[in-house]
Amino acid sequence: MTSLLEQPAAPTETVRPARNRRAALGLLPFAAYLLVFLGGPLYFVVTGALTDSGGRPTFANVLASVTEPQYRLAFASSLLLSAVTALIGAVFGVFLAQAVITSRPGSPLRRIVSTASGVLAYFGGVPLAFAFIGALGQTGLATIFLRGIGIDLYAAGFRIDSLTGLGLTYVYFQIPLMVILITPALEGLLPQWREAAENLGASAWSYWRHIALPVLAPALGGATLVLFGNAFAAYATALALTSGSIPLVTTSIASALSGNVLANQQNVGLALGLDMVVVIGIVMVGYLLLQRRAAKWTAR
Amino acid sequence: MRRGRRWRVVVFVIAAIYFLVPLVAAGEFSLRKPGGYGFANYLAIATDPVLLDALLVSLEIAVVTAVLVLVLVIPTAVWVRLRLPAVAGLLESATILPIVVPPVVMAAGIAFVQANLDAPVFRSLFSSSISALTPFYVVLALPFAYRAIDNGLAAIPLRTLVEAARNLGAGWASALLRVVLPAIRSAVLGSAFLTLALVLGEIVIARILLYTDTFPIAVVDVGRSVAGVSVALTLASLLLTWVLLLAVSFAGSRRARSNA
Repeated sequence: MTSLLEQPAAPTETVRPARNRRAALGLLPFAAYLLVFLGGPLYFVVTGALTDSGGRPTFANVLASVTEPQYRLAFASSLLLSAVTALIGAVFGVFLAQAVITSRPGSPLRRIVSTASGVLAYFGGVPLAFAFIGALGQTGLATIFLRGIGIDLYAAGFRIDSLTGLGLTYVYFQIPLMVILITPALEGLLPQWREAAENLGASAWSYWRHIALPVLAPALGGATLVLFGNAFAAYATALALTSGSIPLVTTSIASALSGNVLANQQNVGLALGLDMVVVIGIVMVGYLLLQRRAAKWTAR
Repeated sequence: MRRGRRWRVVVFVIAAIYFLVPLVAAGEFSLRKPGGYGFANYLAIATDPVLLDALLVSLEIAVVTAVLVLVLVIPTAVWVRLRLPAVAGLLESATILPIVVPPVVMAAGIAFVQANLDAPVFRSLFSSSISALTPFYVVLALPFAYRAIDNGLAAIPLRTLVEAARNLGAGWASALLRVVLPAIRSAVLGSAFLTLALVLGEIVIARILLYTDTFPIAVVDVGRSVAGVSVALTLASLLLTWVLLLAVSFAGSRRARSNA
């Protein structure tokens, strides 16, 4: 069974190495652009983090960024918020994506969900915060409606500018991103696998438990990691919703950069940026490893 | 099968409640005016010259960004599919980078250059919000655009089309422009509109680099005095982008059916 499944897919085209190297030149503009305009800023974050305000090399900034209590708190809440919203977004996103895929192709519902995912994945930031304050704020529509049917959220201790409220808001852009990321993998599940399982007497549950989920696992893991990074990187939503009352790494960077506290704060802000890049780097390595495994099942 | 349909209905109902309630709440708020409801907040765009100018600046940024994104993504995606299928996975991973690299960290690096380096090339880069923001918005827009274009390419017989064009004497450029581009035009429009959504919503980089003349920044600033205008205009730009994407999606399918 495993040996059959682990057979590599036949290469679509065999190219001699020399031609392959020449063909790689075609990637140059794209790679050069990312190197300059993504790599450039990251380079200055790293060098700025490792120097003091006079330009001399130092580790003090990086040390301060991981030892000072206010930054440790920021890292704790950022990591918690990202992990929880990534998991919730991933689970609901998979269900929504599967519901869309199994609906009639070309139906209006399908188009609405897939186009809305594109827009809503970008609908972070200030507008999203406004919308949630309008719905679940002290005088929000949903708050008033729920109070009308006997559920008083604010009496129960809920606040929209708490970590819970922030998490509830983050999920709003995490689910659409999950739908975008996981749909290709779900579409890659061959109908033959399901038919074969059913012919052998498998129930829907055992098909998912023993065939679909193991095949999807790397893709699911990879997408969840991207969601984690996405939440970790978010800034504008948190700022607009809580006006900085909940310290996150991104809001700490922004306030350190505005430099209204101490002279050396700017470099500490860059050091926090470096810490974030390290976290993101770990996430990316995990994503790449999972992606390699996931690619085993996609016939290119 | 019937059981299968039931869980789908449950999923769609939960999703509809979760996604629509905040939008409806924002809509209700945006229509409020002293003593009732009306469209006064939406009309601010026509009467407030600051907002109108900011909208023009952002539309300009959006157009340049979309063109740059397409110029970078289409030839690369075509080339990878035809010549370098082995690196397709790697490239797809590279386009994930801009999703996970925090805009605030990018902004920190750019702000460092802005404050400390003074070569002519940097001075012209930072001379206006269009020249300073566009290159970095391109980076932010790349992952979604690459995905959209690559999906578009997967749906057409790319190799056959390009080989046919080349056999008939077309160069690479004209094969791309006159054969591939028309075949994937709905994916092209789709990624252009996603870029528009991004540019109309990005405030982090613009705020930290102190380019306050873009539309999203102006909308947030006006919200400090009249919150309703802020909500109305963000909602309007969201709906506009979504309607454009939906129109592209329907137009694309109609063509596919008539071609079949």
